[in-house]
Amino acid sequence: MDTLHEARCTRYEDKTMKHIISALVENKPGVLAHVAGMFAARGFNIDSLVVGRTEDPKLSRMTIVVIGDDRIVEQVRKQLARIVPVVKVQDFVDKPVVARDLMLVTIAVPPEKRPEVSTLVEMFRGHVVDISPKTLMVEVSGPETKMEAFLDVCKPYGIKSVARTGTIAMPRQGSGEE
Amino acid sequence: MPAKPETPAPAAETVKTGAQIIVDTLLDLGVDTMFGYVGGVVLPLFDKLFDAPIRFIVPRHEQGGCHMADAYARASGKTGVILATSGPGACNLVTGLATAMMDSIPMVALTGQVRTDLIGNDAFQEADTTGITRPVTKYNSIVKDVRVLERTVREAFHIASTGRPGPVLIDLPVDVLVGKCPCNGKAEIDLPGYKIRTKGHARQISMAAEAINKSERPVLYVGGGVIIANAAEELRTLAEKAHVPVTMTLLGLGSYDQRKPESLDMLGMHGSAYANYAVQESDLLIAVGARFDDRVTGKLATFAPHAKIVHIDIDPSSISKNVHVDIPVVGDAKHILTELTKEVEYRPREAWFKKIAEWKQKFPFRYDAKAPMIKPQAVIEEVCRQTRGDAIVATGVGQHQMWTAQFYKFQRPRQFISSGGLGTMGFGLPAAIGAQFAKPDATVIDFDGDHSFNMTMTELATAVEHELPIKVCIFNNGYMGMVRQWQELFYGQRYSCSYLKNPNYAEVARALGAVGITVDRKEDVSKAVAQMLAEKRPCVVDFRVEQLENVWPMVPAGKSLSEMDGLTILESMA
Repeated sequence: MDTLHEARCTRYEDKTMKHIISALVENKPGVLAHVAGMFAARGFNIDSLVVGRTEDPKLSRMTIVVIGDDRIVEQVRKQLARIVPVVKVQDFVDKPVVARDLMLVTIAVPPEKRPEVSTLVEMFRGHVVDISPKTLMVEVSGPETKMEAFLDVCKPYGIKSVARTGTIAMPRQGSGEE
Repeated sequence: MPAKPETPAPAAETVKTGAQIIVDTLLDLGVDTMFGYVGGVVLPLFDKLFDAPIRFIVPRHEQGGCHMADAYARASGKTGVILATSGPGACNLVTGLATAMMDSIPMVALTGQVRTDLIGNDAFQEADTTGITRPVTKYNSIVKDVRVLERTVREAFHIASTGRPGPVLIDLPVDVLVGKCPCNGKAEIDLPGYKIRTKGHARQISMAAEAINKSERPVLYVGGGVIIANAAEELRTLAEKAHVPVTMTLLGLGSYDQRKPESLDMLGMHGSAYANYAVQESDLLIAVGARFDDRVTGKLATFAPHAKIVHIDIDPSSISKNVHVDIPVVGDAKHILTELTKEVEYRPREAWFKKIAEWKQKFPFRYDAKAPMIKPQAVIEEVCRQTRGDAIVATGVGQHQMWTAQFYKFQRPRQFISSGGLGTMGFGLPAAIGAQFAKPDATVIDFDGDHSFNMTMTELATAVEHELPIKVCIFNNGYMGMVRQWQELFYGQRYSCSYLKNPNYAEVARALGAVGITVDRKEDVSKAVAQMLAEKRPCVVDFRVEQLENVWPMVPAGKSLSEMDGLTILESMA
């Protein structure tokens, strides 16, 4: 084999990493099914998928976190763009972005431990949103790493349940791009 | 209250029912032929079609109708239209839609649906049609408001026929068909997410031209995209000007005249040895409207190991999907080939063409012509000879399909109609019918396997009803031949479930009102073919062929293109 061929074969052995893909889609019924179906049919793994309204009532934004190598993520991007009601697709991997998750956690907290847990919640700039004799529900938002860190420090108390929104993201305006 | 100044009403805006809007829009879009089957919820539409100047063909099964619409599109270049009722009618379209999707065929499917207030209630003949067909259509949608109906129909035809074409389905609840709204027949499409790049990037084209001009051993590898783009003439000009040999995929057959010296015929699993060797030895592979399917590339890691790859395709997602592409050019093949031709130079490439000529000399497609039994390849050659290679040829799927690709020499686009991507057995007969409707004056042949034919032979009644002069050549060996071949080669000759007892096809044909001929002697082939070609009615010829014939050469799945089995067998037949 010559070097050209080796180059072609090694081209795709890039590192697997997390990509945040943002897709503007027409606000029509069936669009989510189209997108979810494409991911399932082509065997792409979704880490999280968030759909929400945008400034334009005709458009929704889907923020999809995908783990894969360059080749897979390139295919994800192209296959998304191919879906008729998908208007625009961006991969934020090389862009400075603000990425946020919102999480609700119910933690087993007896009354005597409430002060120390409250301190932790403050350190993570979260809020206690519900309280019961044996538990606290806490709301935390921020980048994914912060969520993980908060869960780690709560583990010793006992985590009863977690609900997370998945990541939404937007490129920083100062980055020289749109 | 102060009177508002009256705005003049838009011209010729009349109140119409949904069914009338559909028929009027179809007529405005130039639809003159449709295929489809009646049913409860689509009755309002059929009632309007009763008086419309549209030729409507009713198959015996919706799957057959769907393949007919598909083949009508393949043979004519127009968009095929199929109509079916809700529930089972829509479900029966699935195979046909998937077939069209895989081969990028422009088609619009209209399906009836239960009333909008019943949807989701498991009503009679209700199925989640958009849910079921989403993965097998380019796009689908359900219309729940008659006011967007005209626009949706126009959008469906636009999406189906542009870019990389494909089937589009519109699901039509019956209350939308009978609902009324003002309609001026001028609804505009509104598809912000649907953009097609037709013109290739000039710099990419120049890079491709430079690569061709530098190349010692180039090969053009062309697929169905060239035919879809109506770019066969541009391909010929490029191949001749740059002096580059051309190999075709199964669906690419017809895009380059196989009688020309630059033709390497088909490549891939059952392609020619000379095409496969040429690809493996090439230093530049120029793919046009092809998608590097596994049946074409063999083992990817060793595919065209010395070649730089140029890929011209209108679908960006095709590029670098299976094989890394060095020079991608996204756009319409017709435009790109025209631009590319301007920049390429003629190079003699004597050594390269000499090598190819040697391979061609040593490894032509062959069969044992001296054997006592009827060889299917000999029948195809005879039909090719008597039709002067000018017939429209449909096939089922399997050995006979590969032999057709190997032994019928195609000259022009839209001549070969076959299910490539999905490999749908039973495609051949309805496809021949659809093609004959598209080209009433052409000779249309269906080379079919016995078991492919078994799957949809009920459509022979459709051909008889419409007095279509289609010719069906059944290669009757009792086996699902390709399965049997794999069982022989890879499963120790254990022929599990691949042999079935067949009916007497000539009698079946006669019972349905067609002409039936049985041929079991080699010496009768030529006469039977002549008789078949002279028939004005549908004609079925049951050729009792060699039972254990294999398709050679063969690149076993997962092997490199150059690792072909059967070459010594072929050489021994010389």
